[in-house]
Amino acid sequence: MNIHAATATAAVSISRLDKTYDTGFEALKGVDLEIRKGEIFALLGPNGAGKTTLIGTVCGLVRPTSGEIRVGGYDVIKDFRKTRAMIGLVPQELTGDRFETVWATVKYTRGLFGKPQDDAYMEKLLRDLSLWEKRNDKLITLSGGMKRRVLIAKALSHQPQILFLDEPTAGVDVELRKDMWEVVRKLRESGVTIVLTTHYIEEAELMADRIGVISRGEIILVEDKNELMRKLGKKDLTIQLQEALETVPAPLADLGLKLANGGTELVYSYDSQSERTGIASLMAAISEEGIRVKDVSTHQSSLEEIFIGLLKDR
Amino acid sequence: MNLYAIKAIYMFEMARWWRTITQSIISPVVSTSLYFVVFGAAIGSRIESVEGVSYASFIVPGLIMLSLLQQSLSNASFGIYFPKFAGTIYEILSAPISHVETVIAFVGAAATKSVILALIILATATLFVDVEVQHPFAMVAFLILTALTFSMLGFIIGIWADNFEKLQLIPLLVVTPLAFLGGTFYSISMLPEGWQTVALFNPVVYLVSGFRWSFYGTADVNVWISLGMTLVFLGISLGIVTWIFKTGYRLRT
Repeated sequence: MNIHAATATAAVSISRLDKTYDTGFEALKGVDLEIRKGEIFALLGPNGAGKTTLIGTVCGLVRPTSGEIRVGGYDVIKDFRKTRAMIGLVPQELTGDRFETVWATVKYTRGLFGKPQDDAYMEKLLRDLSLWEKRNDKLITLSGGMKRRVLIAKALSHQPQILFLDEPTAGVDVELRKDMWEVVRKLRESGVTIVLTTHYIEEAELMADRIGVISRGEIILVEDKNELMRKLGKKDLTIQLQEALETVPAPLADLGLKLANGGTELVYSYDSQSERTGIASLMAAISEEGIRVKDVSTHQSSLEEIFIGLLKDR
Repeated sequence: MNLYAIKAIYMFEMARWWRTITQSIISPVVSTSLYFVVFGAAIGSRIESVEGVSYASFIVPGLIMLSLLQQSLSNASFGIYFPKFAGTIYEILSAPISHVETVIAFVGAAATKSVILALIILATATLFVDVEVQHPFAMVAFLILTALTFSMLGFIIGIWADNFEKLQLIPLLVVTPLAFLGGTFYSISMLPEGWQTVALFNPVVYLVSGFRWSFYGTADVNVWISLGMTLVFLGISLGIVTWIFKTGYRLRT
């Protein structure tokens, strides 16, 4: 047995990966990344950051210029049969053989990936994805959301250990998006490692165990999602007032309070990780000023805000 | 060897063929029948026999070869071009399937279709004219080798083409003229001497000549030279296909 395979703990391990296209465009620059077995890893980044290229190099669509990629411990070029058999890919574009039926197209993919026909598994797969009723329908007759499901069914047709989802819920309505998240969760429970790229940061926030951020071909951050939210998260304390203020009294302005919502709210931003948030002295100062408080709420900054902040810093 | 993948692509391609049965089988049979009516019955009745064979019978191998070339090219080029056009090529590129297996599946399917079609045309021809096959094994060998060679050429065209116009360009502007000038409707010996030499640079001459020999035992060039040249063309096509996959030309970015 290959020594790397025996010692592998990572589902995907990428080191010093470069990709320069024939046009001279450097899509990936020295990417090092490790995807752990069984996790949901979200890869975030703006358009053209290199997300799809990175997935492409792992799946065999893009030839790396240099560097090494291992899947389950095997090299994706030397042992391409082993690595590709482990991977399922759901592409960004809604492609498909328009005149094929759902059943035929999923069966075709299973064959391509070297698996014998297994009607029982296929039925379970199509039922899980709510495609069973549509199995004899041609792809051309399906809605965008159903086509996306077919692509997922195709990617899962050979029972892969790692699933790549490139923008899985692009153009999918809210209801269907929630269904897909459920599908992804179930897959993870069954032990499948999931790598997803997304524009919907809400999606990463909701689903991912770890988050990687890629910008201009470089991985600028890989972090546990909760850790990331904790580290970079800012909290806003909003104090709703009984009566609107015209200006912030000087002692409160000195503490960093700002007026919002036509003077009916005071907003205080603070680092939720800090030992001294200053909230106690703030409330005391408000009371001293004789300001009557109606309600108090806090808001944790979303991943999207963190993400925008990260990219701005570069 | 990923036999399941070869089978999947092969069956998929064959299913596509059956789905478009009118376009893929009936129309070539109808157009070839028209050739028999026009060249065989109408014009052929005024032409003396060629090398001891009636003109209508003489053109049968040439017509079959003409269809075989066209169908091999169009089946194979469309087979690989369409997934590129539709975007479904990603599946083949990300599957655990080697280049050799991909070629076997696509070229095998295209060649199968064109051989079946050639046999249907041969059967149709017997309705119009007397056809005799003196060397059936040689006939089948020439059919298969030519179908494979031109299917591979079609596969190359399908990979090279990045629009439908290019897909039609080589078959229309190069292969069809070469087929017409390659002795489909006449014997090379009927040409003026200078042109006979020029004709020998046309690869189709060797294919038609060898194929016609398997029918009537007469040929423009020695049958072994025909066979040799057919194998050379197959080798060249194989070489180009190997290069395409090695370099990822127009497939992988």
